[in-house]
Amino acid sequence: MGLDRDYVRDVFRAMLRARILENKLSSLYKAGKIVGGVYLGKGQEAVSASLGASLVKGKDIFAALIRDQAGRTAFGEPLIDCTRTYLGSVLGPMKGRDGNIHRGRPLDGMPAMISHLGAEVSVVAGMLVGRRLKGELQGVVGATCVGDGATSTGSFHEGLNMAAVENLPMVVIVGNNQFAYSTPTDRQFACEDLLDRAKGYGVGGHAVDGTDMLACAKVIGRAVTLAREGGGPQMVVARLLRLSGHGEHDDGSYVPPVLKSGQLGRDCLETGIVQMIESGLATGDEIERWKTEFAEEVQAAVAQAQQEPAPDPWHEDWRACSTDTGRGL
Amino acid sequence: MSVTYVDAIRDAQEKLLRDDPRVFLYGQDISKFGGAFKATKGLAEAFPGRVLDSPISEDAMIGMAVGAAIEGMRPIVEMQFADFSSIAFNQIVNQAATHFYRTGVPVPLTVRLPSGGTPGSGPFHSQSMEALYAHYPGLIVVTPATVSDAYHMLLDAVALDDPVIYCEHKFLYRWLKSPRINGDGLPIGKARITRPGKHATVVAYSAMVHEAVRAADRLKEEGGWEIEVVDLRSVKPLDIDTVLASVARTGRLLALGEAFPWGGVTAEVVARVCSDGFHLLDAPPRRLNSRDTPVPYHPKLWAAHRPTPESICLALRELLNF
Repeated sequence: MGLDRDYVRDVFRAMLRARILENKLSSLYKAGKIVGGVYLGKGQEAVSASLGASLVKGKDIFAALIRDQAGRTAFGEPLIDCTRTYLGSVLGPMKGRDGNIHRGRPLDGMPAMISHLGAEVSVVAGMLVGRRLKGELQGVVGATCVGDGATSTGSFHEGLNMAAVENLPMVVIVGNNQFAYSTPTDRQFACEDLLDRAKGYGVGGHAVDGTDMLACAKVIGRAVTLAREGGGPQMVVARLLRLSGHGEHDDGSYVPPVLKSGQLGRDCLETGIVQMIESGLATGDEIERWKTEFAEEVQAAVAQAQQEPAPDPWHEDWRACSTDTGRGL
Repeated sequence: MSVTYVDAIRDAQEKLLRDDPRVFLYGQDISKFGGAFKATKGLAEAFPGRVLDSPISEDAMIGMAVGAAIEGMRPIVEMQFADFSSIAFNQIVNQAATHFYRTGVPVPLTVRLPSGGTPGSGPFHSQSMEALYAHYPGLIVVTPATVSDAYHMLLDAVALDDPVIYCEHKFLYRWLKSPRINGDGLPIGKARITRPGKHATVVAYSAMVHEAVRAADRLKEEGGWEIEVVDLRSVKPLDIDTVLASVARTGRLLALGEAFPWGGVTAEVVARVCSDGFHLLDAPPRRLNSRDTPVPYHPKLWAAHRPTPESICLALRELLNF
C-alpha cells in the first residue's frame, strides 16, 4: 500500500471527528440553536481530511472552503473555533462578525474564505508569493478546495493560471460533487472531465475516487508531496457526491436516487471504516472508542460555546479599518 | 529641472522599494517595460525580483496582494487603468475591505488606479472609480491633486495598515510639474485650502482642483470675486471639518467632481454640509459633475463631458447671485 500508518489514521480520525461534529451542528440547526446557514461536508470527508492531514500547521497554508470541516480538523483547527463561530460566541475567531464556514486564522495559515467562489485561489497564491519574497518558501505548500461550480468562475481561472505562471507550491482540490447547489455538472461545464483543464493551466493533474478513503489519502498525499518538492501547482479532481443538501436548509431533493445508490453515492466514512479494519490500521473496538471520545469532545465544545457571551453591539468598536480614521469616514 | 506628477509616483515607489523590504510591485507590463505610463520605469532593474509582471488577471492580482499582505508584505498593485479594476471589484470590496473587520488581521496593500479622462481615451480608459470604493467600509481612498501629494500620499498609503485605493489622475501625469517635491506634512484624511477666498467655497479633488483654481482666477479678474478652493486630497476619510470651516467663512458651496453625477463624492459633501452646517449656508449648495453618459472618445465631446472652467464659472455665478 505504501501509505504511512499514522497519516492514514490521522485522515480517518479527522473524518470521524468531523462527521460527529457536523451531525451535532445539523441537530443544533434543526433545533433553532444556530442562526444563519449550516454547511456540511458529509460525503467529502475523505478528500478534505487527506488534504488537511498532508499539510503541516505552522508551516503550510490551508484555505478551507465550505465542505472542509474534516480538512480543518486534520490540519489542526481547534474544535472550539467551529462551535464558537456557529454558535455566535464573541470569543470565537470572528467575534460574531462573520459566521459558520467563513472562519479563519490567517496568521496561522488559515485564511478566512469569502462567499465568492474561486476567490481564495489567488489569496493562497499571494501568501506563497509573500513567503517567497521573505525567503521562507522552502518546503511550504499552500492549498485550497473548490467545488465543481467554482471552476466556472473567472476568479478560479485567474488564480490557478497565476499560480502556474509563478510556479508556486500549491494544491487545488476540486471536489466534483455533481451539483453546485442544485445545478448539475452538465449545466456547469461542457468538457468531458475537469481534469483535462489541468493540462490547459500547465499544472499537474490527478484524478481520485472521492468515496475511497485510501485512494484519497494516497493521491492527495502525493499531490502535496509533488508541490512541496518543487513540482509546481497540482490540481486534484475528486469524483464524489454531496451526501447532504447544499446547506441544512436544503433537502437536496434534486439529486436523483440513482446517483445516491450508485458508486458516487458511497459514504466515504463507511468505506473508510471497512478499509481501516481490513488493512489492520485500526480495530473495530478502537473505532468505537474514538467515536465515544469525539462525541464527548464535541459535546464539550458545544456546551462551552453555548455558555459564552454573544457579541454586544454596545461594546462592538464598529471599525472596519485598523487605522483610526476618526469621524471623517 | 522639474518633477512631473508621474515622476513623483515613480520616485515614491523607488523610495519605498529602497527603504522597505516588505514592498513589492505587481501589475501588467510594469517590469522591464516600465508600465503603460512609465510609472515604474527602471525599477525592475534596480530592484530585481520585486517588480513583477502579472497576467491580465485583475481579480487574481488583488487576491494575490491580499495573500501577500497577510504574510506581512506591502504590495503595491498597478491597475493599468482604473477602469479595469471593475474586474477586481470583488477582491477589493469583499476580500480586502472586509478582512480586518472579519479576522482582526489588517491587509496593508495599495492599489494604484490611473484614473480620470484624457482626450481620446474613451469610455473604458477614462473612469473615476473613487466613489465606488469609498462606499465600502474598510478602504481608504485617496485622490492626490499635486505633484508633492502624489509623492507623499503614496508613501503614506503604503505606510497605512489598511487597503488604500490610490487614485492618480492620468491627465496630470505629464502636464503637472513642480520645481521640486515639497512636503507640508498633511496626513491622509486632511484637506487643504488650495486657494483662500471669502465669497464661495469650491470643494474639489484630483484634477478638478486645477480646473477650480482656473475658474476662481477668472472670477477674480471678472468681478473681484474671492473663491476659496478646498482640495479634499482623500475622499475617505473625508475631512468635513475643513469643508465646514470654509463654508462658515463663505456661506456658499459648490462641490465639484469629474465622476458621474449620480451619488458619489460631491453628493456626500453636499449631504454632510447640509446635515452638519445647514445654518452656515446663505444659498442652496450646488454640485457639478460630469454628464450622465459614458466618457466619450472625441476630444470635443470629452471636453464638454467633464466640468470645465467655463461650466464651473457658470455654476459659481449662479451660486454667487442667489
